[in-house]
Amino acid sequence: MSEEIEGTKPATEEATHEEQEEMDDKIISPEKAEEVKLKARYPHLGAKPGGSDLLRKRLQKGQKYFDSGDYNMAKAKVKNKQQLPAVTQAEKAEITGDHIPTPQDIPQRKPSIVASKLAG
Amino acid sequence: MAGVASGNDFQWCFSQVKGAIDEDVAEADIISTVEFNHSGELLATGDKGGRVVIFQHEEECKNRLQLRGEYNVYSTFQSHEPEFDYLKSLEIEEKINKIRWLPQQNSAHFLLSTNDKTIKLWKISERDKRAEGYNLKDENGRLRDPFRITSLRVPVLMPMDLMVEASPRRVFANAHTYHINSISVNSDHETYLSADDLRINLWHLEITDRSFNIVDIKPANMEELTEVITAAECHPNQCNVFVYSSSKGTIRLCDMRAAALCDRHTKFFEEPEDPSSRSFFSEIISSISDVKFSHSGRYMMTRDYLSVKVWDLNMENRPVETYQVHEYLRSKLCSLYENDCIFDKFECCWNGSDSAIMTGSYNNFFRMFDRNTRKDITLEASRESSKPRATLKPRKVSTGGKRKKDEISVDSLDFNKKILHTAWHPKENVIAVAATNNLYIFQDKIN
Repeated sequence: MSEEIEGTKPATEEATHEEQEEMDDKIISPEKAEEVKLKARYPHLGAKPGGSDLLRKRLQKGQKYFDSGDYNMAKAKVKNKQQLPAVTQAEKAEITGDHIPTPQDIPQRKPSIVASKLAG
Repeated sequence: MAGVASGNDFQWCFSQVKGAIDEDVAEADIISTVEFNHSGELLATGDKGGRVVIFQHEEECKNRLQLRGEYNVYSTFQSHEPEFDYLKSLEIEEKINKIRWLPQQNSAHFLLSTNDKTIKLWKISERDKRAEGYNLKDENGRLRDPFRITSLRVPVLMPMDLMVEASPRRVFANAHTYHINSISVNSDHETYLSADDLRINLWHLEITDRSFNIVDIKPANMEELTEVITAAECHPNQCNVFVYSSSKGTIRLCDMRAAALCDRHTKFFEEPEDPSSRSFFSEIISSISDVKFSHSGRYMMTRDYLSVKVWDLNMENRPVETYQVHEYLRSKLCSLYENDCIFDKFECCWNGSDSAIMTGSYNNFFRMFDRNTRKDITLEASRESSKPRATLKPRKVSTGGKRKKDEISVDSLDFNKKILHTAWHPKENVIAVAATNNLYIFQDKIN
């Protein structure tokens, strides 16, 4: 089991007792070490782990909101810019209407009339 | 590894691989479910494109190289199409989430296939005779002028080339607000259950316009939502019993005789957790992605992100067996969270005699555990080891600093090559492993 801990600050000479305890925790549990890493990268991550946010995101899978105004603005923008800023995936929050669909993004919903390659 | 026939160690070897070889995998070709029927004669696969392909086992005499015969395409059809619910602005994928076979009652085969919203009952039947000598139409099917008919004849049945037809017999729609994750046929052969994130419904196979809600865990205020249903299954021989698992790592067993609405469980299975070891990831990795009863009905198995657990239905406070699938991933949880792999839903399965269990992992690895000898093995589904009758070499992931030859380090694992779906033949040591868009079939060497 790897004992390496990346991204943590080096202990100063005056490490307090709590800091020392925390560091002991990190050494003991790789899972906790991973948690520290995650929180360091995404400080705004919700306090409720695996709670309502994640579940609600799961329940809302497939939800597609369309705004013709947004769409036409995006079509105009695409001509000027190369790409639109992407929503940070790790933020785990999808704000309704924030992702502006571009003509390239919209999937072509065609039924699969092509036969499965497993049957080939 | 003990198997169905004897307690000897088995040697798994390659039998067949189905699907395209090319690197560019179309999303529609990704296999999303694999299931043998009750006799093992048929093997069904569903994919993200909403298609079902059924393979049939054919005897050895046709190809002397194979040990037990081959699986060849029997039927293929488009089960589900993509839909858009304009009222709710909801895109409904055509991906087949689950296929479950009905026990065979006559010469036709029936299966249930489901996507996120709609379950369909398909009848697969063979036609090898055709009627000839009709009175009212000629050989080409054109209608004959009735005034020209001067004599009558009795049509005769003539043999024809075998045709396998798949027809949708029932469509069970509009009963699920959330996404269906499981279907399970009851042992009474009359009813089946379907489960979504928050509700479980009981259906009668003959009735499509009504279903009975038996579990509802939707809170009055959605802000209070803390867990969802992740899988459900009917007991193999007690038609009043079913179980459902949750995203919090718990399993509830319900008895339909106790109440009409089974919101209150009969048994509650949960392994106590050490509070000091709790982390941000604890709940996510404890979420159960699959639950399967043993064939005997005495045990059930659950799969969470890192392990497989076997539970004795008579003991609720902890599992009787725990098997680590890929414990080395515990120190990679941060990056697995970032690339969403931590949410991958792995399935698990029993062998016919309940003496062994199998589940998938990453890098196209899959794992098997022998419950009697406690031995485990890691195998790989790859084109490289796909020579006929080639024995699969055990694989090993190195976790320490020193990597032995033939071992692979954790950082070299390909997390895009995930084996989520596997199936074990109900009677023989034949397994089907879905590796993205390819289906591998392996057999044991002992005949």
